[in-house]
Amino acid sequence: MTTVTSTSSRAVSPQLLLVLVLIVLAMIAPFGIYPIFLMKGLCFGLFAAAFNLLLGYVGLLSFGHAMFFGFSAYVTAHAAKEWGLTPELAILAGIATAAVLGAVTGWLAIRRSGIYFAMVTLAFSQMMYFVAVQAPFTHGEDGIQGVPRGHLFGLINLNDTMTMYYFVLAMFVASLLVIHRIVTSPFGQVLKAIRDNEPRAISLGYQVDRYKLLAFILSASLAGLAGSLKALVFQLASLTDVHWHASGEVVLMTLLGGVGTVFGPTVGAFLVVAIQNYLSEVGSWVTIIQGSIFVVCVLLFRSGMIGVMTPWLKRRGITG
Amino acid sequence: MGDDFIVETRSLTKEFKGFVAVSDVNLRVRRHTIHALIGPNGAGKTTCFNLVTKFLTPSRGQILFNGRDITQTEPAAIARQGMVRSFQISAVFGHLSVMENVRVALQRVQGTSFHFWRSGACLDSLNQRAEELIEAVGIGQYRDTPAGELSYGRKRALEIATTLALDPEMLLLDEPMAGMGTEDVKRTAELIRRVAANRTILMVEHNLSVVADLSDTITVLKLGHVLAEGSYAEISGNPEVIEAYMGSGHA
Ligand SMILES: Nc1ncnc2c1ncn2[C@@H]1O[C@H](COP(=O)(O)OP(=O)(O)OP(=O)(O)O)[C@@H](O)[C@H]1O
Ligand SMILES: [Mg+2]
Repeated sequence: MTTVTSTSSRAVSPQLLLVLVLIVLAMIAPFGIYPIFLMKGLCFGLFAAAFNLLLGYVGLLSFGHAMFFGFSAYVTAHAAKEWGLTPELAILAGIATAAVLGAVTGWLAIRRSGIYFAMVTLAFSQMMYFVAVQAPFTHGEDGIQGVPRGHLFGLINLNDTMTMYYFVLAMFVASLLVIHRIVTSPFGQVLKAIRDNEPRAISLGYQVDRYKLLAFILSASLAGLAGSLKALVFQLASLTDVHWHASGEVVLMTLLGGVGTVFGPTVGAFLVVAIQNYLSEVGSWVTIIQGSIFVVCVLLFRSGMIGVMTPWLKRRGITG
Repeated sequence: MGDDFIVETRSLTKEFKGFVAVSDVNLRVRRHTIHALIGPNGAGKTTCFNLVTKFLTPSRGQILFNGRDITQTEPAAIARQGMVRSFQISAVFGHLSVMENVRVALQRVQGTSFHFWRSGACLDSLNQRAEELIEAVGIGQYRDTPAGELSYGRKRALEIATTLALDPEMLLLDEPMAGMGTEDVKRTAELIRRVAANRTILMVEHNLSVVADLSDTITVLKLGHVLAEGSYAEISGNPEVIEAYMGSGHA
């Protein structure tokens, strides 16, 4: 037993070191880089990581994840602005909304597989987009503007940009740890088994739909957290985040960075957000540049940027 | 007790777009016996397995397990009632290690399968049992190898270990020895005999000497029909069987 523990702890330490270095970098980053940009990257990074939980570990391609992201943003914005809830409660309301939406969508979609699964999720998110356009509380084209960031637990003032940044960073790190825990948990083990060989998992007595549904709800909830944070960061919830473009973007981010890797989706998210931010002056060319980068990446790095780097990192004792 | 059948099918029939793969099969498997299903390629043996475990829905007919009608039951529920199958095309979880494969089965019984908040380390309590099982099928030295990298014969062995991990009352083995060398065939035959002591086994196997050696009862299928049923001595003397089966180059 002792040998087992000592080898595994030795194997873990370079990984842990990498994570710590990344966290330190993230903590000093806002002194050199525009914090709003960083927060946007972190929100989309979390969104992509949540999406990847489903695509990378269950093998389900959802094409409707924007509804969880965008709707929780609406609910958080509404709760903070109209009900005067503190930010943590407003975020919880957003996550709860995403979880319920996820339960309903997942329940209907999971009986289908492959492209039909993607179609059902897309259809549902289009329906929710229609709701967002029609419902009075979302304020249509205007969106919910001037959302107050408020005081965390009634104490910590989030109107200070740096404080907000560290709050978003803390939520991001905590969420990635949660995702890591999920995929290495006993439940995660069953998910891997189902992804590897579904009929065999059934023959061992697993009701696979229930596991997929739970994974779907967890993924939706985390996507909801990302949307809620984004609403507070930009003090805005708008139609952009429930539009199917956002569903497509998260697929793009995940594939760019590396599906099924821990950090890949975040890398992909930052890349896409950077392209949109720094190339915004070239106008509609952004889409074309984004498309070209995507094509190049898919052709050059089939398993995404982090996926390609993983064997290199592994040789150095660090797993991506 | 002599008429105690654990599985019984009544007029079991499966049609694929007009093609009848299994036709009016009345199969009765006696408790605590080894029952072999044999027949030439395409006779409908695997389809029978798929029907009995509900991986396929019968076109007609009825299936009873322990006297209960399971014709409408979900396949996962049938497994949880104690009837577990293996697959003709070896079915392992390729990205999981040999140990992890067996633990996936043990884990369901442990009841932690939905625990997404717990550390994977809580599965370590299953290691001892898992090790016993992989030792028993002779692949103990591959415990940390990803199952996808095992040779075909060892995958079959792992499949048996995983199936046994559930301690099922009834096992359905579809060609458990296909792809195994002589040594492995002998060991697996021994293992099947050992586990059959307090279980019931229905198996499809092309290796006739193994079938002769292990089986209490043999059912011969041909073109979806039951051609003959009985002990090895009985069916091997049946001219129709010799014509249909032995004559086709399998003996
Ligand atoms: N899903 C399916 N759709 C159409 N035809 C099928 C299907 N599954 C099996 N069949 C046909 O049913 C017949 C019986 O197939 P089955 O696999 O049950 O045979 P088998 O006895 O297991 O043969 P083998 O010894 O080759 O494994 C074959 O003619 C096969 O082509
Ligand atoms: Mg077959």
